Amino acid sequence: MDSLLQLNHCTIRFGGLTAVSDLCLEIGPGELVGLIGPNGAGKTTVFNLVTGVYQLTSGEVRFCNERLNGLKPYTITSRGIARTFQNIRLFSSLTVFDNVRAACNLHLKHGVRDALLRSKSFVVEEELIAKKTMELLQIFGLERFRETMCKSLSYGDQRRLEIVRALATNPKLLLLDEPAAGMNPVEKSSLMKLIDMIQERFQISVLLVEHDMRVVMGICRRICVLDYGLKIAEGPPEVIRQNPKVVEAYLGGDAQIRSSNA
Amino acid sequence: MTRARLYLLLSLILLLLLSVFGERLIANQFAYYYDILITSGINVILAVSLNLVNGYTGQFSLGHAGFMAVGAYASGCWSNNLDPMLLSLIGGSTNPIASNLVFVLSMGVAGLLAAITGLLVGIPSLRLRGDYLAIVTLGFGEIIRTAILNLDFLGASRGLSVSGGYTNLFWTFGIAALCSYTVLGLVHSTYGRGFLTVRDDEVAAEAMGINTTKYKVIAFVVAAFFAGIAGALYAHFKAFITPEGFNFFRSVDVVVMVILGGMGSTTGVCLAAILLTILPELLRSLSHTSIVPPAYHGLLENRLILYSLLLILFMLTRPQGLFGSRLAVRKRAGTPSQSDG
Ligand SMILES: Nc1ncnc2c1ncn2[C@@H]1O[C@H](COP(=O)(O)OP(=O)(O)OP(=O)(O)O)[C@@H](O)[C@H]1O
Ligand SMILES: [Mg+2]
Repeated sequence: MDSLLQLNHCTIRFGGLTAVSDLCLEIGPGELVGLIGPNGAGKTTVFNLVTGVYQLTSGEVRFCNERLNGLKPYTITSRGIARTFQNIRLFSSLTVFDNVRAACNLHLKHGVRDALLRSKSFVVEEELIAKKTMELLQIFGLERFRETMCKSLSYGDQRRLEIVRALATNPKLLLLDEPAAGMNPVEKSSLMKLIDMIQERFQISVLLVEHDMRVVMGICRRICVLDYGLKIAEGPPEVIRQNPKVVEAYLGGDAQIRSSNA
Repeated sequence: MTRARLYLLLSLILLLLLSVFGERLIANQFAYYYDILITSGINVILAVSLNLVNGYTGQFSLGHAGFMAVGAYASGCWSNNLDPMLLSLIGGSTNPIASNLVFVLSMGVAGLLAAITGLLVGIPSLRLRGDYLAIVTLGFGEIIRTAILNLDFLGASRGLSVSGGYTNLFWTFGIAALCSYTVLGLVHSTYGRGFLTVRDDEVAAEAMGINTTKYKVIAFVVAAFFAGIAGALYAHFKAFITPEGFNFFRSVDVVVMVILGGMGSTTGVCLAAILLTILPELLRSLSHTSIVPPAYHGLLENRLILYSLLLILFMLTRPQGLFGSRLAVRKRAGTPSQSDG
């Protein structure tokens, strides 16, 4: 009952390839769950099926106890699921500020007519949005890039901007697809602190895909492991670390998962 | 933005003054230049409105002349049949206020009908991307033209005489200003940033809660509305319209203006529309001088050759157009969207 997101026996096939197979997963309110697995395990596919980019072959996705199957991505976002992309997908012709502002569109009260007539309430709303945008940018230390074209940001900053943009849609659940990819260890750990912080501050749940084991183990209290589309383990970090299946999937043998795995 | 509204108001007042006191003089003394002036105004409306679709929203519509035709014929028919009655109701054909009111109504009908057509064409076709949309809109333009060719009450291939001749500097450039204001006002609001996100990355836009189909349809309908009004201005300026005035090449004209002006730059597109109206005239007058040997006159008078040359030149040296941003172009030319996350 009190789970926010529920995946019930989700399967998705691309031709002969079963990318995700009979996956069950629950995420409760305020939880930070890690989703790990080797390359091609199906992590991004899970994101795509939750956000409506791909349609399920079978199974069902429920969010706040409502079925999401068959809904359009923008409807799903409006229900409260936001995501970032593994291969950064910012709005490349827009500034940093506008990237975030555009994502505020979802909860806009004004439409075409107000944009043209510029009523008082429209101006007030635009100011509120500007304020909200700047606040979000400040949290991630991006406020000085306000008018910078997003393409000229550093890789790490682009990833951070994607999180800001996702937050601007006021999500209840945030899906982060390898948010720390390409960052150095210092940046990584500060990003993870940040994720921990926003999760509490905005009272949201987070599903985190990340390759760096140390990072995931450090902040997630529950971890789900995929391999070839199958869930092979789920539990708290210390249990996952010892799980022989996980160790085998990751290292292909009886080796121990080291504290760092880039 | 209140400043933008002030500019709009100021320009309208200036135009009104010019139109009231100078229109006759210019139209009679400099008829040739007057023609070019009004034509550039109409082209500005067409190009700026198409820019909302092709530039800001990143779609590729090739049917703008079709919407213009809808507007021109709607306005022509309306004025031919209803204006005498309307005029007699509100003060006679010699009353300038009455005739302008009647014209506004006629333009409104033209815009509305074109917008409805835009909606009907847009809803099914805007699910298509890129080249497919271009082909469908091209087909639409041809359907409209062929339909008119076969509709006897619209004059078929003989053309339609339009009574009234209301088009003047005030309405032409007033609508051009209003069109630019609308497009800029839309695009610069938080709401309107949605158009640009559709151009940049549809998958990401949808993931941010933006209904991309709705945005495309809105852009299409707004553009069609103004194209319809441009058609009305054209009909009442030429006083005689034929289906050939709205053929495929007319659509191409407008697309070229948008591309040369810089997709997604209203200023650039305005300039390009004016330049591309004047340039063929300049070349034509050049061909009447002795500088160019007579054998080459045909070359100079063919504007399609000029367009092709300009396009090649621009694509090589300034792919972003006169004022466009380089980023937008690179994105369009870059990798097609891949739906992985
Ligand atoms: N649209 C698609 N069509 C066909 N196969 C696909 C499609 N999307 C993903 N796949 C396949 O599904 C499998 C899972 O891919 P996915 O991208 O989800 O892996 P991942 O766990 O995110 O891997 P990585 O760590 O490399 O990001 C892969 O074998 C991939 O080739
Ligand atoms: Mg992935």
